[in-house]
Amino acid sequence: MTAPVLRVSGLQKRFGGVLAVDNISLDLAEGELHAVIGPNGAGKTTLIHLLSGALEPSAGRIVLDDRDITRLPMHQRVRLGLARSYQISSVFPNFTVLENVAFAVQGSGGVGDWDRARAELESVGLANSADRLASTLAHGQRRQLELGLVLATGARILLLDEPMAGMGPEEAARILGLIEALKSRRTILLVEHDMEAVFRLADRISTLVNGRVIASGAPDEIRRHPEVRRAYLGEEAPQ
Amino acid sequence: MRDTLYIPLRPWPTFGVVAALVLLPPAMLLLDLPFYVVFATRVLIYTLIATSLNLLIGYGGMVSFGHAAFVGTGAYTVAMLMPAGIVSAWLLWPASLLAGALFALLIGAVSLRTRGVYFIMITLAFAQMAYYLVLSLHALGSDDGLTLGARPSLGFLDLNGDATFYYAALAILLGALALVRALLNAPLGRALQGIRDNETRMEAIGFATYRLKLVVFVIAGAVAGLGGGLLVSLDRLVGPNLLHWTESGLLMIMVILGGTGRLLGGVLGAAVLLIAQEVIAERTIHWPLGIGVVLLVVVLFAPKGLSAWLPNVSRERSNT
Amino acid sequence: MILVAEQLLNGLQLGLMLFLLAAGLTLVFGIMNMINLAHGSLYMIGAYIAAALIEASGSFLLGIASAIVGTALVGVALEMTLLRRLYRLSHLSQVLATFAVILIANEIVRMIWGSQPILLNMPPALSGPIELGGFRYPAYRLVVIGAGLAVALFLYLLVTRTRAGMWVRAGASDREMAEVMGVDTRALFTVVFAIGAALCAVAGALLGPLLAVQVGMGENILILAFVVISIGGIGSIRGALVGSLLVGVVDTAGRAFLPFLFRKMLPSVIASEAGPAVASMLIYMLMAAVLYFRPSGLFPARS
Repeated sequence: MTAPVLRVSGLQKRFGGVLAVDNISLDLAEGELHAVIGPNGAGKTTLIHLLSGALEPSAGRIVLDDRDITRLPMHQRVRLGLARSYQISSVFPNFTVLENVAFAVQGSGGVGDWDRARAELESVGLANSADRLASTLAHGQRRQLELGLVLATGARILLLDEPMAGMGPEEAARILGLIEALKSRRTILLVEHDMEAVFRLADRISTLVNGRVIASGAPDEIRRHPEVRRAYLGEEAPQ
Repeated sequence: MRDTLYIPLRPWPTFGVVAALVLLPPAMLLLDLPFYVVFATRVLIYTLIATSLNLLIGYGGMVSFGHAAFVGTGAYTVAMLMPAGIVSAWLLWPASLLAGALFALLIGAVSLRTRGVYFIMITLAFAQMAYYLVLSLHALGSDDGLTLGARPSLGFLDLNGDATFYYAALAILLGALALVRALLNAPLGRALQGIRDNETRMEAIGFATYRLKLVVFVIAGAVAGLGGGLLVSLDRLVGPNLLHWTESGLLMIMVILGGTGRLLGGVLGAAVLLIAQEVIAERTIHWPLGIGVVLLVVVLFAPKGLSAWLPNVSRERSNT
Repeated sequence: MILVAEQLLNGLQLGLMLFLLAAGLTLVFGIMNMINLAHGSLYMIGAYIAAALIEASGSFLLGIASAIVGTALVGVALEMTLLRRLYRLSHLSQVLATFAVILIANEIVRMIWGSQPILLNMPPALSGPIELGGFRYPAYRLVVIGAGLAVALFLYLLVTRTRAGMWVRAGASDREMAEVMGVDTRALFTVVFAIGAALCAVAGALLGPLLAVQVGMGENILILAFVVISIGGIGSIRGALVGSLLVGVVDTAGRAFLPFLFRKMLPSVIASEAGPAVASMLIYMLMAAVLYFRPSGLFPARS
């Protein structure tokens, strides 16, 4: 059993009197796709903020390989191979789609590597929109670009925050296919509400309610877990 | 592919403008208007300073309301070194550049921890502190400021000749513009503009945004310092008013007028503002009213500034 | 001790007058999201109108009243012709446009009244001192403090107790939401601006006898007002009050006591210059410190 690439222990985040993330511990094994589900406000996005470095935890530790990255600035975590995508697309609206991806390539050391940028664009299916300004993209294409940006960083651990948010069935299927193709080549922490996608993709699932992990395990276990079914107002859990 | 960031060099228009600028002093002499050579030199220096601020505001999205502090730092550095015995411009002008850079490093390190409106205010705060400091110190001449006996010497060239000084300033401006263009076309320049567009995302894809912004802030402060050194060398006097917040405001106005985010925005804005001021002031004592009206017209009808009227070619690059 | 009490009162007086300016400025910035550099010009216009009417009629009250009405009218005219076109433009464009207004306003005032400072005399009845539990304090300054407190109270009641005030607070924290809830933002903006202009006029008229009434007086106080709202938090009236009292007291006390303190502690060669220098820098140091620890000011109104 190899050591986990990402180990989170006792993570806590307090905002004033509210404990948004309450003593969360979890591990990511290499090549695993670990899904995090839970009702709105459960702390899933806060968890991603803490892991990516956008927020500092009130307590707890985050260890990447052997290195304690708990207080490491965001951009340095990316250099170590940990990158995130955003639930609300955060792109560079005044630049072309290709230039957007080129920034991500540049950020991980590939200065001026337009070929690699083009290849990344190809892999998320946006090759035809290369010269369009990002501000002109439709919602679905923006989500594709959003995914393209995090992939182009070359990070081996991806934190994906609801990549399929607000998408129609066809577009969602496309993103699903993209993530599926990534499985085992990269380590992924996936936050999603789309239950079909979660149960199809995940190797393991953790359920977050009110900032705590109430259940964690293989998809079948979670499917049958009484607490999950009770606490998570998700009628969407498939039988 | 389409490259929205690359700044091309258009040889013929560039050559034309440079040629016109080179011919200006003899033309003024011919027209028996020698005063305008000094005036044109001052315009050139302000275009240099405005370009440095445009680098911050237009390309970096850092609206600094304290840029005059760096100009003043450079000016006072020269004004203090000359009486101490250093008269060579080869030493004085780089010294003003360095002084501007150091002061910018100090102020930038703290100010760049903030963003948006608060960045504007904190840069203003530091500039005001510098202003009051300079105003109070006897060693710096208090409100009277400092004067120089003669202009610095360039060795073989006599800068006391107005035309010679003009050409020196022109050479410096053209050199600076070339360097700024090279910077903006380079990875650092591209990253800077990415930061302007979406700083959080740049951080999230691996850029050390604070450090990058600080580097550009220091470069801008250095160039502004050089501008200050040139100003005091030209006028042979400097006063604390050079650091007043209204001076910073004026520099901002030049950049906004010219159009942020275009290489020649600072140049256009400074030139148009100063020339308009000169032209209108000849006709009426109430020239600020005229300037005010001009600015309002620009805001309402050319909100992107004057450089929006320059052709903007989004380059097709084939060598990638 | 007497000196301390006197300086504190002076600081209170400056602070309250700053509050009148800062309140209008922070509301305009917070609600209309507009940087208005011309706010200082309204203060100047208020002072000039007051001076002119007092000169003409001999009545201080009439002077203030006409300053309020006149400046509010100028404010409304300015808002309806020019400023409302600026709301949707970038902050930089707003800076450019309102800077232009400063230039124009200064020139117009100069054309009418000239560049020299003009006289604004305080009411003769108030020109003497008043006994205040052991020491004497200028009666006029006391009245200014009183007026400032009254206006602050009025503003507080207006904003927190009335329906209109609720709209203002709603607008300050989230404009789109307010619009969706049916608030007529266009009219609201004009009214807010008019109130801001009136407040400027009160400050201008009251401070006129104490400071110089002169072209350019607006810019000097404008920068203080910006310092105040940065410290207090943009869009917050409470922040404007706390900020202005802080700035008023720190600035006044600093200028009064710092040179003295420095002379006690440092060799006189340094102290004679460092004292006044640091005293002038004090409020900027305060602002830089506040912004460093609380980048959005003390009481940010925006979520």
